Formats: sequence, structure tokens, C-alpha cells
Amino acid sequence: MIKSMRIAGVLALAAFFVAPQALAAGGAVHLEPANLEQDNAASLRRGARNFMNYCSGCHSAKYVRFNTIGKALDLSEEQLIDNLMFNAEKTFETIQAAMPSEDAAVWYGKAPPDLSLMARAKGADYVYNFLKGFYIAEGSPTGVDNIVLSGTSMPHVLWELQGYQTAIFETHENEDGSVKKNFANFEQLSAGSMDAGAYDEFVRDTVNFLAYIAEPIRSDRRKLGVWVLMFLIFFYILAAQLKKAIWKDVK
Amino acid sequence: MSRIEAEVGKPQGGLIKWIDDRFPLTSTLKYHVTEYYASKNFNWWFVFGVLAMVVLVIQLVTGIFLTMNYKPAAAEAFASVEYIMRDVEWGWLIRYMHSTGASFFFIVVYLHMFRAMLYGSYKKPRELIWLIGMLIFFVLMAEGFAGYLLPWGQMSYWGAQVIISLFGAIPVVGDALVEIIRGDYSISDITLNRFFALHVIVLPLALIGLIFVHIVALHEVGSNNPDGIDIKKHKDESGKPLDGVAFHPYHTSKDLVGIIVFLMIFSAVVFFAPDMGGMFLEHANFEPANMTATPEHIAPVWYYTPYYAILRAVPDKLWGFILFAMAVVLPVFLPWLDRCRVRSIRYRGWMYKTALTVFVITFVMLGWLGLQAATPLYVMLARVFSVLYFAFFLLMPFYTAMDKTKPEPDRVVYHD
Repeated sequence: MIKSMRIAGVLALAAFFVAPQALAAGGAVHLEPANLEQDNAASLRRGARNFMNYCSGCHSAKYVRFNTIGKALDLSEEQLIDNLMFNAEKTFETIQAAMPSEDAAVWYGKAPPDLSLMARAKGADYVYNFLKGFYIAEGSPTGVDNIVLSGTSMPHVLWELQGYQTAIFETHENEDGSVKKNFANFEQLSAGSMDAGAYDEFVRDTVNFLAYIAEPIRSDRRKLGVWVLMFLIFFYILAAQLKKAIWKDVK
Repeated sequence: MSRIEAEVGKPQGGLIKWIDDRFPLTSTLKYHVTEYYASKNFNWWFVFGVLAMVVLVIQLVTGIFLTMNYKPAAAEAFASVEYIMRDVEWGWLIRYMHSTGASFFFIVVYLHMFRAMLYGSYKKPRELIWLIGMLIFFVLMAEGFAGYLLPWGQMSYWGAQVIISLFGAIPVVGDALVEIIRGDYSISDITLNRFFALHVIVLPLALIGLIFVHIVALHEVGSNNPDGIDIKKHKDESGKPLDGVAFHPYHTSKDLVGIIVFLMIFSAVVFFAPDMGGMFLEHANFEPANMTATPEHIAPVWYYTPYYAILRAVPDKLWGFILFAMAVVLPVFLPWLDRCRVRSIRYRGWMYKTALTVFVITFVMLGWLGLQAATPLYVMLARVFSVLYFAFFLLMPFYTAMDKTKPEPDRVVYHD
């Protein structure tokens, strides 16, 4: 009985830890996994380049300092200044959007959100699917809509790379007669400068960089964690011996 | 002639004696540590009290360092947390320890309370320890709630919005009460400021004071054990219980092992999964509070969800609040609801064992349901489990009185 309760306790804890997966999958559209290579410095560097070239015109990352990026991506001060810092003077500055957000709010109806924490708030998979999910939509002020965030005010900034696609929906009639539209797949309308594979890599690198800036300490904390756990295992062996020695006369 | 004057010119007893003449140092240490005897047959369920102290210390120390860089203002709070995470030396570690510590505080306290239910630790003569413990639990819930607002993320804001508005369901005084809690007509900078004061001063002080009396009360009557029998019935010539061993060095050396195992699990979360997949740090809380946009799905942090599920299971707002409050408060009455003669589950009959097993499943299921969106199926399930939750307490006087018990041993069961 006691044993079964112990098992019940372990299961109870396990249930708490497993639940979030169920929770995260709340959205209507199925999200393709981004499959990021989190510690791949080359991918992160390409992502940083993509971000500064294509995102930072409109989006800030106001908590992220250039020198933090430089250290993590193994870039020298000159490399930072030459390749990434288009509108910043000092390497300790944070990433500010080139476009003033008051103007952006007027032009797009909504100021483009800061991207420092986007990958953490929405999940890397979400951002990955979002960047691949623009499709031609009649009546939309930007000419496009997004399969992940319907009604988004963001235009298809990466159209030159990806080209334009259209979304095919399957209509599904419910028993009560109401019609439900389910997304089936995309169909390429016009080619971009990249083929599907190259664009996929482009987006993956960019999302990888976004995931990195959302938590710059991530890779360091994992490395440190291994040492902490090794120390605790060592400490455990000592403590277990000490306990045994002290308790040996208890009958 | 005072004691001190009488000893002038006599051989001195050193610093300890000097202090002992002025302060009960040695006698207090003996009473609470080196000559506090607790049963030698403690199993690992008995480690959670000490672990709660460990988590308390983690929370106090990391909390102090967080306040050195955190700004309790609506315009700055979110940015100051990111400043701690990115720019303050080791700030990320301090912050993750504090956020992980909050969840672990509840894990440890829930298991500590469950231990009391397993072995009847709340029964006579330990009713007051249980009552104080329940007060600690209430303060802890308030502490966690106040703390959760401070990062000023979307979930901080909307979670607080939902929970504070609950008090508005109370007739007559409800609306006034909500205004007093918020200090404003909506959750604002003022609310954040006062929650900060509550979180770092009022509630921790109350917590420390209550924990102190919790332990004083415990040491007055002595610790329970897995057999739920009184170890003071059998003493040696010197008055030491035969089945007891001193808290130090015996239980301290054993607790140290438990503490290290705990720290391993704690560190694994801090270093490898500080969000715990959105359970310990909710995804929506990485977006700054925005009073014009509600997050898609508002759920309190996991440690409140069993009660939240009960609240949502009731279609009426006032009754929802009443049942929610009852669910939180009912365990207070356990010492009097439980009519069984024996304390430990080892010697209780099948009825209590079944009831407790069902209760554990109920509590976990309610916790899970409280995290989910309120679909008709889940609300139905939450109703079923709410009934089971209340049945466990309200039917307890009957099934514990009817239950057939086994004979308790004279001495504790101990395997080397």
C-alpha cells in the first residue's frame, strides 16, 4: 500500500511535468518543428546577419547588447562594427530599430513588437512557422495573411527570398451544417531568389538567433549545470558515508 | 548578590560560560538540537520539513539579491527583470533559483502536508502544529501570488486580474475589498508597488514568525514517526526515549543526504529546464503586461490550479468563490474530522487507505484540469473531482470511525 502510494506520488509529479506539452499545442494550426541547432555558432552568425539585414529595420531587440552577441558568437569588435552595427556606435549598445516606432504604429496600425523575447514568449516553432507562413490574401492591406497569426499586420518582408505562395484549404462540413476550413498546404505562385530548401535554412538560422537572444545565457547555464551536478554527486557520496558512520551504532 | 558577582575570582568557564550566564545558549541548543530526540525510524517522507527550510533560505537569500536590481514600477519592472537576466553578474542564476524555488516551495510543502496525512501527524497532541502549518500554507499562497505579479508580464497581470476579481464575488463588501487589494480601479503601478511591499516585507516576516512557532510547538510535543506511536513511553534511566536519536548528529547527517538529493533535482531544473516547459515560468510572461490585450489562455501557476479547477467547476461566481475558499480552508479541520484511533496509515484500515489514494488522484487531476482550457468535458471532469475532493473531508468522520484498524506495535519498527 505504502509502496503503491509512493508510485502514485511519482506519477503525480510526472503528470505535472508532462502536462505543458499538451498545453503548448493549443493553437489551431499544426506547427512544424524548427529543429534548431542551438549551439551551432555558424548558424547563429548567419542568423545574426539575417536579423540585422531583414528584421532590425522595423524590429528592435532592446534588451540585447552587441557585445553580448559578439562574445557568444566569437566575433571581434571590428567584425561586430562592420557586419552588424548599422545604427549603433558602441558595442555595449542594444539593438534598436531603424524605423521610429511611433511612425510604424501609424503605418502598420501597430508598432512592430520588440523581438528580444519573442522566441521565448511564442516558442521557436511558432516563429519558424510564422516566417514560412505568409500567403497571398485578397483584401488584406499588405496583400498577405499568415497561417499562424491570421490578420497579422506584418507584410511579407522576405518575399524576395521566398517568393509568393498561396494557401490551400480543405473545407470540412460539420454534422450541424457549419463549414470548417482546415489548412492543407501551400502552393508556390512565384519563385524567390532562394529555393525552398535554402529559404528553410535561412529561416531556421534566423529563428536560431532569435532563440539565442531570448536567453543569451542558455548555453552557459547548461555547461555550468553539468559541473554543479558533478559536484553534488561527489558531495552526495561523502554525505552518505558520513550518515552511515554516524548511524552505525543505532540498532 | 547576583550570579555574576558570586563568580568573580573563581576559575572562568570561557566564552561559552560567559554567554550562558547571560543568554540560554547551551540549554537552547540542547533542547532543540543535540538533545531533541526524534524517532530513529524516520523514512524519507520526514525530510520535507527540513527541505522546506532549505527552500525558505534559498528564497530569502536570492530574494534579497533580486531586490537590489529589481524596480517595482509598472514602467520599469519588466525591463529590470530582463536587466537582471542579461546584464547583472550571475543575475540569471539568482533569478532562476528564485523562480524555481517558488515552485519547489509548493512541491515540498504539498509533500510535507501529505506526510502528515499518511502518518496522522495532525492528530492529538499535534493539532496546533497542524493549525500553524496551515497558516504558513495560506501565507505562502499569498506570498507566491504577490511575487508572481512582480515580473509584470502578461500572465502576471492577467492572472492577478482574474484572481483579485474573485473577491468581488463576495456580497456587499466585495467591490470595496477588490479596490483595497488593488489600491486602484484596475491593476496598476500602485498595485505592483504594494504587492512588492507585501512580497518582500509583510509576508516573509509573517512566514518566518509562523515557522518559528511551528517548530517551537513541534519540539514541545515531539516529532511523529512512521508508526504514529509515542516514543516517550519507553525511556532509559537518563530519560532519553529508547527509540529516539538526537536531532544532531543523527537526523542532521541523514537530512544532509536528503538535502543533497533535493539540490540535485533543484539544480537540474535551474540549469537545464528553468521554464519547466512553461510550468514554472509561463510563456506568456515573457511578454510585458499589456492591459489592452488578453493572453489566449489564462491559467494560474500550477500550484494554485487544483483550487482554480474547483472554482471554474461552479457555474455561479459567488458559489465558485465559496467552494474555492472552502477547498483551501477545509484541511484546517483535519485533526477533528479524522476520528480514527490510530495515527499511521500502516495500522489503518482499507477505507482510509482507499480514501487517501482517491484524494491524491483527485488533487493531481484537479491540478491538471486547472491548467487546461475550460472545455465542457474538462468542466464536467472538474465537477466530478471537486465532489470527490469535498467528500474526502466531509465524509471523513464517518469512514475513519467505521474503519477497522490493526493493532499498533509497542515499539517503532526499525530495520537497520
